[in-house]
Amino acid sequence: MSGRERILGRVQRALAAVPAGDTPYEQAVSRDYLREHGQRTVAEAVDLLAENLADYRARVHRCSAGELPAVIAGLLAARTSASVLVPPGLDEGWLADTQVTRVADLAESGARELDGVDSVVTACAVAIAETGTLVLDGGPDQGRRRISLVPDHHICVVRVPEQVVSSVPQALGRLDPTRPLTWISGPSATSDIELDRVEGVHGPRTLEVVLVGGPGQEPPGSVAGGG
Amino acid sequence: MSGTFVGMPAFPKAAHDAVRDGTLRANLRHATHTIRAKRAKAVAEVSDWAALREAGKQIKDHTLRHLDEYLVRLEQSVTAAGGTVHWAADAEEANRIVAGLIRATGETEVVKVKSMATQEIGLNEALLAEGIHAYETDLAELIVQLGKDRPSHILVPAIHRNRGEIRDIFRAEMGAWGRPAPEGLTDTPAELAEAARLHLREKFLRAKVGVSGANFMVAETGTLVVVESEGNGRMCLTLPETLISVVGIEKVVPTWRDLEVFLQTLPRSSTAERMNPYTSMWTGTTHTDGPRTFHLVLLDNGRTDTLADEVGRQALRCIRCSACLNVCPVYERAGGHAYGSVYPGPIGAILSPQLRGTQSEIDASLPYASSLCGACYEVCPVAIDIPEVLVHLRERVVEGGPVVREGNKVVLRPAKGHAAERAALRAARWAFSRPGALRAGQRLASRTRRLHPRTLPGPGRAWTGTRELPTVPAEPFRDWWQRTQGGKKEAE
Amino acid sequence: MRVALFLTCVNDTLYPDTGRAVVKLLTRLGVEVDFPMAQTCCGQAHYNTGYRHQTEPLARHFSDVFGEYEAIVTPSGSCGAMVRELYPRLGERARAEGRGEGLARTLAPVVPKTYELTEFLVDVLGVTDVGAYYPHRVTYHPTCHGLRGLRLGDRPHRLLRAVEGLELVELPGAEECCGFGGTFAVKNSDVSAAMGADKVRAAESTGAQVLCAADNSCLMHIGGTMARLRTGMRPVHIAEILASTKEEPAA
Repeated sequence: MSGRERILGRVQRALAAVPAGDTPYEQAVSRDYLREHGQRTVAEAVDLLAENLADYRARVHRCSAGELPAVIAGLLAARTSASVLVPPGLDEGWLADTQVTRVADLAESGARELDGVDSVVTACAVAIAETGTLVLDGGPDQGRRRISLVPDHHICVVRVPEQVVSSVPQALGRLDPTRPLTWISGPSATSDIELDRVEGVHGPRTLEVVLVGGPGQEPPGSVAGGG
Repeated sequence: MSGTFVGMPAFPKAAHDAVRDGTLRANLRHATHTIRAKRAKAVAEVSDWAALREAGKQIKDHTLRHLDEYLVRLEQSVTAAGGTVHWAADAEEANRIVAGLIRATGETEVVKVKSMATQEIGLNEALLAEGIHAYETDLAELIVQLGKDRPSHILVPAIHRNRGEIRDIFRAEMGAWGRPAPEGLTDTPAELAEAARLHLREKFLRAKVGVSGANFMVAETGTLVVVESEGNGRMCLTLPETLISVVGIEKVVPTWRDLEVFLQTLPRSSTAERMNPYTSMWTGTTHTDGPRTFHLVLLDNGRTDTLADEVGRQALRCIRCSACLNVCPVYERAGGHAYGSVYPGPIGAILSPQLRGTQSEIDASLPYASSLCGACYEVCPVAIDIPEVLVHLRERVVEGGPVVREGNKVVLRPAKGHAAERAALRAARWAFSRPGALRAGQRLASRTRRLHPRTLPGPGRAWTGTRELPTVPAEPFRDWWQRTQGGKKEAE
Repeated sequence: MRVALFLTCVNDTLYPDTGRAVVKLLTRLGVEVDFPMAQTCCGQAHYNTGYRHQTEPLARHFSDVFGEYEAIVTPSGSCGAMVRELYPRLGERARAEGRGEGLARTLAPVVPKTYELTEFLVDVLGVTDVGAYYPHRVTYHPTCHGLRGLRLGDRPHRLLRAVEGLELVELPGAEECCGFGGTFAVKNSDVSAAMGADKVRAAESTGAQVLCAADNSCLMHIGGTMARLRTGMRPVHIAEILASTKEEPAA
């Protein structure tokens, strides 16, 4: 007998005496928890995102689309980065103000080569205000999962307010499960020493988040962005 | 310290030494009290916690009731997404499958994400016997592996170690496993984390095979989820060419949407964070991103036996958050090693005797490793009534009865070593069914009260070793009540 | 109102003062108290040690003895929780074992009318000031069954705060178990004693003279530990504090 048949047989025997019930799954679970915690305006959601990102030691910057190239250039310069990893579909304009050497994530390059790169700039798919979370889904402006992992300095650009949702349930509704997803809430951290949180282990130890756009600045249509 | 749990003594014996270990007591007290307060704060932030907890419970119960259907569905989804699904009825079969898959790649080393399932089956030891070196990459697991130690906590396996001990282990052992600890390493957590980063990075960068578990598997989409903090998980899940995930069958959830519950309750319950730093989700294999080969090994190893028990099956709801350990006063004082299992604390006390059976000395003693204070049930994010299951398992130990072991129905005999207790409680039951007999006993105790010793021999020493006995009153209440007609004649 | 005092076997045998205090207190509040002489034990120790089937005749006996009363009052959080929480479970398990509805039906009447003393005072009688006088510094240990089982909440605190002369001080780590746990106290005596010692040290740190609780089982363990550690503090059941008056003060 295969392991498969053995396990499925055991499950069926274990449940033989339990009434199956005919409630469809959609009704079997009472989902009377909240879709989001509290009501907030778009601007308030962006503020909360910034607050929660900072609370977990991400460095948060806010600017208009027009200011973005200068902000990114400034962040790379402040870090004295000599090289920056660039996803294939990143908006060229975002790096217009910096002379730092661009490195592409080539199919044939190994993780070891990425390890020598100082910084990486990516976009994201969605950001969650209540938890201070950025979700990357491997879109062309985000690249493969490893590029936002191996370099020690990650600059992530969030287009606000359109990429910001309030809550985890709202974020899941926007995401495509067939894509490889990485949820990032602050820089790499650990609680393994005396159950106290320390930032900075294997992932990027510095996470900088640039919130671009926002109310009172440029209309969303003019905000540049990759796929 | 041995690296395995085989031949563990009964819980009270193991706890006896732990209680007297001042360093251990201080380490555990510090860590558990730190996280307790933070968890309470993180949970209080969400006003719908009770509804999330109830939904999590219902999702798990529904899934368990239809586990066969959801496992088949999961298999279809993972296969359609380019993965290969294997089924392992027990630890030996799982280890054989994983070893075979690694051998087929021609590699002799793998990097591992922290995984309870692979610890449970002793995968590292099994792989070593095949000449394959498995490197643990979670900081706490690394501390345990380098220290040839045993894990003592679900989330933080090295919780029994303080920063000074960790520094000593890194200095002494890292060199033998790879890059040595930096010169002049101190015990500041940031420096210790940096040492781990440097030591493990070369392993991540050259690894061709990664081994993981998973926190959740979504049947409808075939998506696996790993929730972590350090980024070692992301390294193991994305850099290697081959990924092998060993996951307990109870980790399946029906739909994508179900994650909206657990991704809110798990981080707050475990590390007391709104969200853990990194969560990876992958569905089979993805062209050009991450491993080109993905194997999922579905593990039973006692889970279906647990599922067969009407009261005990709720233990399978567990999402391994470890909140119950952190609030448990017994865990805090006895430490994780006393539980003789990779699953320590309250959840371990109900999981180990179900996964492994109650035959061994340690497993028969675990249901008693609790004062039934109920703190574990209160914090459990999937509402496992741990005290209820503990009492149920005590019944199994003392009364025996029908259980399922390895898929077969067997009838357990009452455990040895409880004969005196059984006789005493039977006698008490006899007396309590006859008020007259109870009264005669009370009167005898009262009349002889001046003769009662202050310390007791035999099992009674367990009380009088540390506590005074209460003095027996001159008359029991019922005699006073009768003599005074309920106090009415007292004044006379 | 005529209520039955379910004193519990431990109090009947070892702590008759608590029983007398409950009678005195309730009588003072105009309640007619009866002590059914046929009462014995609720079966908690049997149940919690794994002897569920031995518990059943004790539960049936309890139901026979107390079934006819309007209310059943007990000065024990754990025995109260046994009846309220676990008697229904005994019935459910018997049903699941194919033994029908009999046990569940027998036990059902006593479940909703069993009250722990402070619950009875606050919820049924609607009083928090019971006219007591107790000029001592007191700290309150809520006990696990009172806190997480019966969810007594702040009822005991409200009653204690209304006591004239009483200074109530907060117990650090109050929600933590004292380590008694019935047979746990002897089966895992090392851990139990360590928990007891920590509880006593926390109580000592408050500077209180008295540690008060609503359960003598816990107080037996805490008090035994206090005596061994020579703290100079003493354990007192809440009933004895609430029964104490200027005319007849308790120690």
